[in-house]
Amino acid sequence: MDLERLTRIDQAAWRIEPRGAMRVPGVIYADENLIRAMDDKVFEQTVNVASLPGIVQACYVMPDAHWGYGFPIGGVAAFDPAHGGVVSAGGVGFDVSCGVRTILTGVESKEVVRRQERIADSLESQIPAGVGSKGKIALEPGEMEAMLEGGARWAVAQGWGEPDDLERIEENGRMAGARPDFVSDRAKQRQREEMGTLGSGNHYLEVQAVAEILDPATAEAFGLREGEVVITIHCGSRGLGHQIAGEFAKEMVVAAESLGIELPDRELACAPIDSEIGQRYLGAMRAAVNCALANREILSHHARRVFRHYFPGANLPLLYDVSHNTCKVETHRVGGRKRRLFVHRKGATRAFGPGHESLPEALRPHGQPVLIGGSMGTESYVLVGEAGAETRSFSSACHGAGRAMSRHAALRRWSGRQIVDDLAAQGVLIRSPSSRGVAEEAPDAYKDVTAVVMAAEKAGLARRVARLRPLICIKG
Amino acid sequence: MTPPLQPSSPMARWEHFPHGADIGLRGFGATPEEAFEQAARALTAAVTSARVAARVAVDVRCEAPDLELLLVEWLNSLIYEMAVRRMLFAAFSVRIDGARLEGTLFGEPVDVARHAPASEPKGATYTALKVARDDAGVWSAACVVDV
Repeated sequence: MDLERLTRIDQAAWRIEPRGAMRVPGVIYADENLIRAMDDKVFEQTVNVASLPGIVQACYVMPDAHWGYGFPIGGVAAFDPAHGGVVSAGGVGFDVSCGVRTILTGVESKEVVRRQERIADSLESQIPAGVGSKGKIALEPGEMEAMLEGGARWAVAQGWGEPDDLERIEENGRMAGARPDFVSDRAKQRQREEMGTLGSGNHYLEVQAVAEILDPATAEAFGLREGEVVITIHCGSRGLGHQIAGEFAKEMVVAAESLGIELPDRELACAPIDSEIGQRYLGAMRAAVNCALANREILSHHARRVFRHYFPGANLPLLYDVSHNTCKVETHRVGGRKRRLFVHRKGATRAFGPGHESLPEALRPHGQPVLIGGSMGTESYVLVGEAGAETRSFSSACHGAGRAMSRHAALRRWSGRQIVDDLAAQGVLIRSPSSRGVAEEAPDAYKDVTAVVMAAEKAGLARRVARLRPLICIKG
Repeated sequence: MTPPLQPSSPMARWEHFPHGADIGLRGFGATPEEAFEQAARALTAAVTSARVAARVAVDVRCEAPDLELLLVEWLNSLIYEMAVRRMLFAAFSVRIDGARLEGTLFGEPVDVARHAPASEPKGATYTALKVARDDAGVWSAACVVDV
């Protein structure tokens, strides 16, 4: 992206001044190198989002932003229904409620390293991953509705999770306002045998060592200790979310004209929040959020069983579970007054600062854990939300490293076998059914996650608490 | 079984094109139908490099107000059948009548060891979506698929 097109606000923030159809400015949080490396499409998509009806304050762009579908991936935009605000299927994304959770283990990394091959093999056999895999649970119609209503609470009630997890999950494990009756039969059919499956692409389950503590007081409160191991899962609402996204995108594109919405890009498919389609999408999307929360809870259950086999009696509490593809109703102060807004985060993590009422008591004085997945084989971070993020980005931060290279280019450059061998030599075991999938997800096909989190920290969105290094990575 | 397909025209081929995080597909053919069939082959090739046998036939139908939205619906129908049946498809037959498409997919169940599927398509998108005929009369059908 050309720096000349932006106004520099400070060392970590840049502005796209409103022009043409833009109703608000665009604000990009990144350092100079990240901005230069960003696709021009991010600029174009930010301008388009800033032109949508009812957008409030600004379209924000996170440091890991890249070319997305309508919205840039790494885009945050809030809409006010009282001012004609819209909800966008593209602004939530194909993988509704894709997110990350991290489980603490209290186990020393050297204890895992001693059994590393066996633990990797057990996880590979117990975590259904990749194309053609099936979950261990097939949902009958009544159970499907209950899962879509109940989210992680449903999974816990079925015995596929732990009650203490719930307060550590966004929305306490269950998104209110879900309408399973607005979810199509095809979407339900696609999910029937996919509960507790990991999927493929950039989704993973990793066993990671806490390699470095960067904020000792917060790390202590989060239960993160150097040298200990955590389990991190990155996954979403599987086929159900994908099907809902595709169906509503089409419906919103076809209806746009009759709803009086001019779409600069079909991918920006949206509808007024208060319209019939908008309300139906919100009900279905919230059901998909519950599906994602239930799915991550079940995957955790499988992973915990493996861990307890090797480390009997291990206490495996959830640090936090947070989504990065959502639209949520939140109250934010804008221009000195509180407003109820529909906040879209597409490839951006909610990052509430200290004192936020939605955080459980143990976390409230410190802020919300913000879980950032790096690329396979490199590193990940745990950050904590900063109070200032409220005014800077509607309390949002980055979500990952972000791709630097297409799958196509990665395939031409690397062999999956070679990557698996090189990482094994560095102490990272990869387990995947597809060597080609590993090549497409090559560590160097991603941006430097450290540069991304440093930019988020400099911008005052979230600050680093701990750096995590992978030991085992299960990929689809 | 051998799929009862029309022989391909000399224009029939497909290609992938790069996209930031995902993958672009483009099918070419003498007709929109053939271009759609080739785009479907490109989708299978995004999932596996291995040979897929055309042993089982699955019928699909979909509709959309224009040819471009119809391409997305067609690819999404294919993605749906791949996901629900846990199959991969090697050959395709498409008939388009105005806003409606009827298609047949020929394939086999996924064999993880043999097919080593690389990525699971989530959905076809409106990004780089184009169905057009060039000056030489070749139809192309393209879009990005989210994986």
